[in-house]
Amino acid sequence: MRELLLCPPDHYGIEYEINPWMSRARGADTPLVQAQWKGLYETLSKLDAKVHLIPPKERLPDMVFTANAGLTVGRKFIPSNFRHQERSGEAPLFAKWMEERGYEISWLPSNLYFEGEGDALFGGDALFCGYKFRTDINSHRAVADLLGCLVISVELVDPRFYHIDTCFCPLTDGGAMWFPAAFDEYGQRAIRDHLPNLIDVPEEEATGFCCNAVVLDHDIVLPEGARSVIAQLRDRGYSCHPLPMSEFLKAGGACKCLTMHMPQRESCA
Amino acid sequence: MSSETVELRGHIIDSLILPKVLDEILTRGAEFTIAEIRIGQNRVDQSYARIDVSSASNDALGDLLLRLRQHGAEVVERKEVQLAPAPADGVFPEDFYVTTNQQTFAQIGGKELAVESPMMDSAIVVNRDGRTARSVKFYEVRKGDDVVVGQQGIRVQAAERETSHTSVFNFNNQISSETPKTAIIRELAGEFQRIRKEHGQILVVAGPAVVHTGAGAYLESLITHGYVQRLFTGNGLAVYDVESALYGTSLGVNLEHGALSDAGHVNHMRAINRIREAGGIAEAVEQKILTRGIMHACVRQGVDIVLSGSIRDEGPIPGVTTDAVEAQRIMREKVRDVALVLMMGSMLHSIAVLNMVPATVKIVCVDIDPRVVNRLTSYQPFQAVGLVTDVKPFLRELTENIEASAGANGAAVA
Repeated sequence: MRELLLCPPDHYGIEYEINPWMSRARGADTPLVQAQWKGLYETLSKLDAKVHLIPPKERLPDMVFTANAGLTVGRKFIPSNFRHQERSGEAPLFAKWMEERGYEISWLPSNLYFEGEGDALFGGDALFCGYKFRTDINSHRAVADLLGCLVISVELVDPRFYHIDTCFCPLTDGGAMWFPAAFDEYGQRAIRDHLPNLIDVPEEEATGFCCNAVVLDHDIVLPEGARSVIAQLRDRGYSCHPLPMSEFLKAGGACKCLTMHMPQRESCA
Repeated sequence: MSSETVELRGHIIDSLILPKVLDEILTRGAEFTIAEIRIGQNRVDQSYARIDVSSASNDALGDLLLRLRQHGAEVVERKEVQLAPAPADGVFPEDFYVTTNQQTFAQIGGKELAVESPMMDSAIVVNRDGRTARSVKFYEVRKGDDVVVGQQGIRVQAAERETSHTSVFNFNNQISSETPKTAIIRELAGEFQRIRKEHGQILVVAGPAVVHTGAGAYLESLITHGYVQRLFTGNGLAVYDVESALYGTSLGVNLEHGALSDAGHVNHMRAINRIREAGGIAEAVEQKILTRGIMHACVRQGVDIVLSGSIRDEGPIPGVTTDAVEAQRIMREKVRDVALVLMMGSMLHSIAVLNMVPATVKIVCVDIDPRVVNRLTSYQPFQAVGLVTDVKPFLRELTENIEASAGANGAAVA
């Protein structure tokens, strides 16, 4: 059974602006926030996954986006070094919570920005890591050293897709769905070289964050509204579970941002 | 040119980061050399590349490095040069760095200084107060001078190579005696004109064959038209030129008829004597004793003449520097701003000059002996052209081309 980490959205809100989606003038609707998050929690809980909850903390509105807590492989947890001061308070809380559950904590050097699963997703035999907006490419090397895995570093070029998990979603059949224009041409080539069977997502569905999906074997939990992508995924035998995510999209996040795998992979071998 | 060395580490091959970085360098008009590369053997092994990057200006390089840093390139901090004091006048410390003729840089006090007067087979002396570095020969070094030892902190920047598509000056370009030379000489004439248009300085290194073969009048014409700013030669050319100006012979041979003149063998002795009597070559021109020839044209045009002597010299004619080390020093002074050297029929003077000039200076070697041409062009393989030919037809064709072209443009170069 897969284990996942979520954080209730009790303190969630648009309190600052650190990506193009955020606007303090367009706040989140609190009852809708609770309802949408609960929808995700219940959907994941029903899909053969054990969902852990970390207590939320006031003045850390983005703690709800647990994908950015860090990266877990086996019993090893690499906490994030957030680029923005606004989120840096989350890192020690996640690290402490994981440590208390017996995970080995491996911090990266503090000068290397790294935003966890948000910028590090396993696909095929490699760990695909995004860089530029939030994560430094030099942190990729440190992660590769810690985990002993092949890291494919890809540059993100569209600020709307500031983490790799906003525009790229590896699938369990070894393929992935992605929005190619979010990557530079070298990144596109590197991804194509390493992953077969890519599903190119049209821009109107990519901006609905359909790539920000939680993949559990043949179940895919994703924001609603991605008609063509869902059709293609169903053709490949996946069961899709579209959910309303409007209140989290206001902060530039959706299903995957709200979820961290514990672990994402058992090992890199 | 500004340069830095950067390092890339990680899965730079699978991620295509290495080609991306190299493309970025070229796209921005900069250049690179891969100094070292190690490719990981297994799938998870990381790779490493050390890349020397150079760009036209400091600002352009700074912008480029900023971009390369985003892709993980780390600028390598340069180590300082190591210095040791010269143990005595004229003696370098053990393990002193021996220069090439390429532009060389020394890392001193956190900055990279261009070594002044790059020349082959010298040492580098650093003036810490003045924060300068210059190449020096044995006789110039004084006890206690700070001399660079070892290789650390030294960077050599190879001169840009011309390709055969753009220039006659390209890798080991030697035109044999059996190759038509018209196109090459026409291109050289264009090069002479281009250099003079940009106020560049042209040095001619010539041996007595120029006079013996009857080519003196063509060299005289080049000088008169402003295409020679320096003339390095020995006692011989000066003596035979004066002899031919005064008596119409070169070592007794009538230059018109090609036959030995009556008692012609004494003419060069009389020529030397006339110049000694006048007080020197310039004085002989002033006193209208010397009214034509190469030396006469040089004096009239204000060409710097350096006459350096050898053991077999008769005379010598006044103006010859007989101390070889002193002659080298004078020549070194006078090659500093030279853009092109034309070497004709003189191996030893030419080798001396090749040891003094940086690799950016263009070299034209003309000699009837292919071994000489081969030897001379090998000193400066990227910027030299060698022509195996008698000097006279070469000079005749060169001057005709220059005059035709100058006439067509309606202007002579002063």
